[in-house]
Amino acid sequence: MTEQPMVRFDNVSKRYGALTVLDGLNLEIARGEKVSIIGPSGSGKTTVLRMLMTLETINDGVIWVEGQPLTHMERNGKLVPADLAHIRKIRAKIGMVFQSFNLFPHMTAMQNCIEAPITVLGMKRADAEARAAELLDMVGLSEKKDHYPSQLSGGQQQRVAIARACAMRPKIMLFDEVTSALDPELVGEVLEVIRKLGREHDLTMLMVTHQMGFAKEFSDRVCFFHAGKICEQGPPAELFGAPKNERTRQFLHAVLEAG
Amino acid sequence: MGIRTLVTLLIVALGVIAALATQEAYSLFLPGLLQGAVLTIEIAILGSLLAIVMGVLAALARMYGPAPLRWLATVYVEIFRGTSALVQLFWLFFVLPQFGVTLNAFLVAVLALGLNVGAYGSEVVRGAIQSVARGQWEACTALNMSRPQMLRRIILPQAFVAMIPPWGNLFIELLKSTALVSLITLSDLAFKAQQMNQNTFKTIPIFTLVLLMYLAMSLVVTIGMRLLERRASLGLARGKAA
Repeated sequence: MTEQPMVRFDNVSKRYGALTVLDGLNLEIARGEKVSIIGPSGSGKTTVLRMLMTLETINDGVIWVEGQPLTHMERNGKLVPADLAHIRKIRAKIGMVFQSFNLFPHMTAMQNCIEAPITVLGMKRADAEARAAELLDMVGLSEKKDHYPSQLSGGQQQRVAIARACAMRPKIMLFDEVTSALDPELVGEVLEVIRKLGREHDLTMLMVTHQMGFAKEFSDRVCFFHAGKICEQGPPAELFGAPKNERTRQFLHAVLEAG
Repeated sequence: MGIRTLVTLLIVALGVIAALATQEAYSLFLPGLLQGAVLTIEIAILGSLLAIVMGVLAALARMYGPAPLRWLATVYVEIFRGTSALVQLFWLFFVLPQFGVTLNAFLVAVLALGLNVGAYGSEVVRGAIQSVARGQWEACTALNMSRPQMLRRIILPQAFVAMIPPWGNLFIELLKSTALVSLITLSDLAFKAQQMNQNTFKTIPIFTLVLLMYLAMSLVVTIGMRLLERRASLGLARGKAA
């Protein structure tokens, strides 16, 4: 028997009224796999992450995490929509980093990183601080631990946000266009931290990105989304090197032209 | 207006009171008026505390409570916003006893004014909570916080800053409304003034002092709220991090 996939989207659909954002998505992600999602805006790529983080509900299908349903729960052998307690139990395995950082502005970098470990995981303050110090060191911001978000650059804020997400020890980490809000010269430092995270931790990573170079170099697999479906997927060398689908070719051509 | 200007104004108001008090035509009324002012301050402070509690509770109940609680909170807000404070005072003081519930006048004053202002306050609290960026909620969800944890640790501390100026207005509104309690037998500042005026007809000194005293009290509220606002927004550059 093969190992359970870390994440499995099983025929998942998302609609807003008459607009279908995702149409019967099937996607499996293996433990430790790094998957990039690319595609034109409006293709539903961010929605994939938001559904997995339970920021959006789904209309059809089931999302599974490590063989357990996330959006549903089993009752009398049947799958029924999950209640909040069940969602929180499964959601604990997932962390997310946002395009707009979303740090807590009334807390220092350190406080941002220890808040949820203390309130949600019930860690002792000293333990949470020790762990946060390690993580802030990993993202290269030990010296900024007592700074408030407003005193940090965009790149620094995003690195704190990565440390904050890691502090909850997720197994799956979601990155939603995490460099899109940054000045070009700050993109590199954030990508470097993600690279490091990929090397040093046994994390499953799913990222929506416009950084084609990074997706090519970092991912095990790239999925090209178009109109709410996966249009083409494969190892980056194949997808970028010899795209089979006409739409993929057009998109890559347009993006590389612009870049 | 800066805090410095407000403090200057307060000093001037108090200075004028002190200067007037050196004249016998004024000093005669000062002890009685001060006595009334103490009662006014007591009602204003207790009423404000009740208003804060009711405002926060009603807002949270309306936003996140189960249906019956939401309904109850809406009824409370609409009744107390939709009828005048005077009618509420009279109702609690004169009508309720006819149903066998007799409350003393001081308690009625605090209840009526606190509940009245709390109804307005709940809208202030609601608006401030809704003004917190959506990304903050999403970050809380991504960190797997429960709703009470989100509100207590992340959302309310940020909403708090946005609430301070409108609450300042409400506190001053409440302070001035305390004059109504003179109509339910309480000897507050307004009551003392009317009583002295009826006995002596010294309208000018009495109402000049009363005006200055209300002004001084509301300036204290305004200055206090400004200081609170300044303190609360330290380290919180709102919007910048969102």
